Amino acid sequence: MNETVIKVENLGKAYRIGLREQKNETLVGTFIESLKTPFANFKRLTNLRKFKSDSNDKDIFWSNRNISFEVKEGEVLGIIGKNGAGKSTLLKMLSRITEPTEGRIEIHGKVSSLLEVGTGFNPELTGKENIYLNGTILGLTKKEVDERYDEIVEFSGIEQFIDTPVKRYSSGMKVRLAFAVAAHLEPDILIIDEVLAVGDAEFQKKCLGKVQSVASKEGRTVLFVSHDMAAVKHLCSRAILLKNGSIEFEGNTDDVVDYYMKNAKQIEEKDRKINVENRRGNGKFIVTGIDFLNAAMHPITVLHCGMELNIKISYKCLEKPVNPVINLIFKKNMQFEVMNLLSRSAHHGVMQLQQEGSIVCNIPKLPIMSGRYSIDLLMKYHQDLTDFVEDIIIIDVEKGDFYGTGQITEFVRDGILVYHTWNVE
Amino acid sequence: MHEKPKTIIEANKSKTFFDFKEFWRYKDLLYFMVLRDVTVLYKQTVLGFAWAVINPLFQIVVFSVIFGSLVGVKPDMNNMPYPIFSCLAVIPWNYFSNSLNASGSSLITANSIISKVYFPRIIFPLVPVLSKLVDFSISFLILIGMMIYYKYQPGFNVLYVLLPLILAIVTSAGLGFWFSALSVQYRDFKFALSFMLPLLMYVAPVAFPASTVLNKLGPTAFHIYALYPMVGAIEGMRCCFSVGKEMPFNLLLIGYSSAFVIFFTGLWYFKKTEKYFADIA
Repeated sequence: MNETVIKVENLGKAYRIGLREQKNETLVGTFIESLKTPFANFKRLTNLRKFKSDSNDKDIFWSNRNISFEVKEGEVLGIIGKNGAGKSTLLKMLSRITEPTEGRIEIHGKVSSLLEVGTGFNPELTGKENIYLNGTILGLTKKEVDERYDEIVEFSGIEQFIDTPVKRYSSGMKVRLAFAVAAHLEPDILIIDEVLAVGDAEFQKKCLGKVQSVASKEGRTVLFVSHDMAAVKHLCSRAILLKNGSIEFEGNTDDVVDYYMKNAKQIEEKDRKINVENRRGNGKFIVTGIDFLNAAMHPITVLHCGMELNIKISYKCLEKPVNPVINLIFKKNMQFEVMNLLSRSAHHGVMQLQQEGSIVCNIPKLPIMSGRYSIDLLMKYHQDLTDFVEDIIIIDVEKGDFYGTGQITEFVRDGILVYHTWNVE
Repeated sequence: MHEKPKTIIEANKSKTFFDFKEFWRYKDLLYFMVLRDVTVLYKQTVLGFAWAVINPLFQIVVFSVIFGSLVGVKPDMNNMPYPIFSCLAVIPWNYFSNSLNASGSSLITANSIISKVYFPRIIFPLVPVLSKLVDFSISFLILIGMMIYYKYQPGFNVLYVLLPLILAIVTSAGLGFWFSALSVQYRDFKFALSFMLPLLMYVAPVAFPASTVLNKLGPTAFHIYALYPMVGAIEGMRCCFSVGKEMPFNLLLIGYSSAFVIFFTGLWYFKKTEKYFADIA
């Protein structure tokens, strides 16, 4: 017991990011440039996988650097940090998906990594066929799947659909089947990304319960990445906090989570205070604060795509407004309007407010993609513009499982997500 | 407690040789991915596996009408009728072309898997090379049908049938390694492959007998021509089903030599670039 099973030394990973290309002003210049483009493209594509340790190229971005830690057998290590702190890259290196640019990892034991559930699921194949395909993709042999097949089917709870093509499944059924396979891998070391913590509450609970039993009863080593501080505190004995690709803080979970929350709060207080610099209107009906709450009405610091979000707007008014206009305008990258929340159009019946208080806008599934948004708030009463605050608050939205399929919606595009289904014909 | 495997991951030190032991551990995955390709291919079609017959059949008809009747190409396989002569080229050619096409783009198609799970990447280009063998086998029905129709009976060379087939398999796997690895980084190769395949078909002795090259350009040119492994594969296939024609062992030998060079250099390049696939796919 308590042997070191993972040893990471000075790990680093560099990526090339795109640099802005030089543009030519003249027609001749543009023409010559276009002749040179293939050569430039070739150099760019070739450089994608070349990093000299001494090079100082501007387009090299270190996603992870100088990371060293050890994990003992049977330990559950939490990895926390903000979006872009390098958590996913670290997991990808540990699970051999991508090679480190520098440093070394030593692993004793069989590793299974779940960065996504249902990788390689084919919609045309039946549930049974997909169990075998997905199981072998995750490193099992046919014999091992055979042995676990009955348990997997039972755990998934979809026995009667097991010979139906997966494309006829609901998204919830797909996730259940995928997780059932993942839950029966029985590796020495399990690496789990936060993907398991999304989906509906029941599914989350089942996943976390399984992770816990893997860790405590079976004595396996687990690396767990999550934004859910409660889950991290609950499951992990030790945690590391990543910031800008390096370890900022390491220790027992409570200390690390407290440290992270304290720092997150500082950031929050700086960023989340409403900004009323750009304010117009007659001031008879004004906003005094905005809070973001989760489904359970607890204040949150991290928003993600697909979550249930409550936006609490505190206000003050000279009278008791009836049917006022309160509009929230979400702007991506501080400029493009992507979403408008309109109290007058969306509210049934008469909206009667007190002179002072708060009103909550509920979004069942946050449809905006990951990125930075600023919000404008517009309030009107009796046809008069009473308060219009531009960029009242800036929020960062992270990737999430919008469609409830167990897959993180990764596309970074403009616009919003719309719930829909696809049928392969 | 069972013995635990030890893995060391180190920057710039990953293995560049082929790890057969690891590959063997994942043989079941290869099997299920081939099975997936075969099951999924003709799902939700009316004709199903009949497509594996219809597609080459029409090609053979067109070749027979244009080259056999209009142009008047004479098969050099003793008394082999032109439709059988062209069938024996179209079947291996279609196998080669379909498997190389799918193999070359296999990594691009699978990029969502590549960035989420680790397993030997070499499986991706190998899957189509194996799964297209099913189509290949089914299209043999055409050959059997034609042999009955023309009352044509092949000689004992049939026993050599695996020689040209394995040559086609090795060649498409080797080129599949090259093109899949190259097109992950340079998508140009994806386009290059799709426009080169039809050209390669006209170069191969599909419509005409390989001996035309020997007669028109001489033995040196003919041996250089044989470096193109499909020459040996197609001629070999025809001789297998000919009556009394000797197997073209020289063509097969030259073809195999160049196919193995392609295969092993392809494997080397694939292993060399494999570790970057997740980053650049």
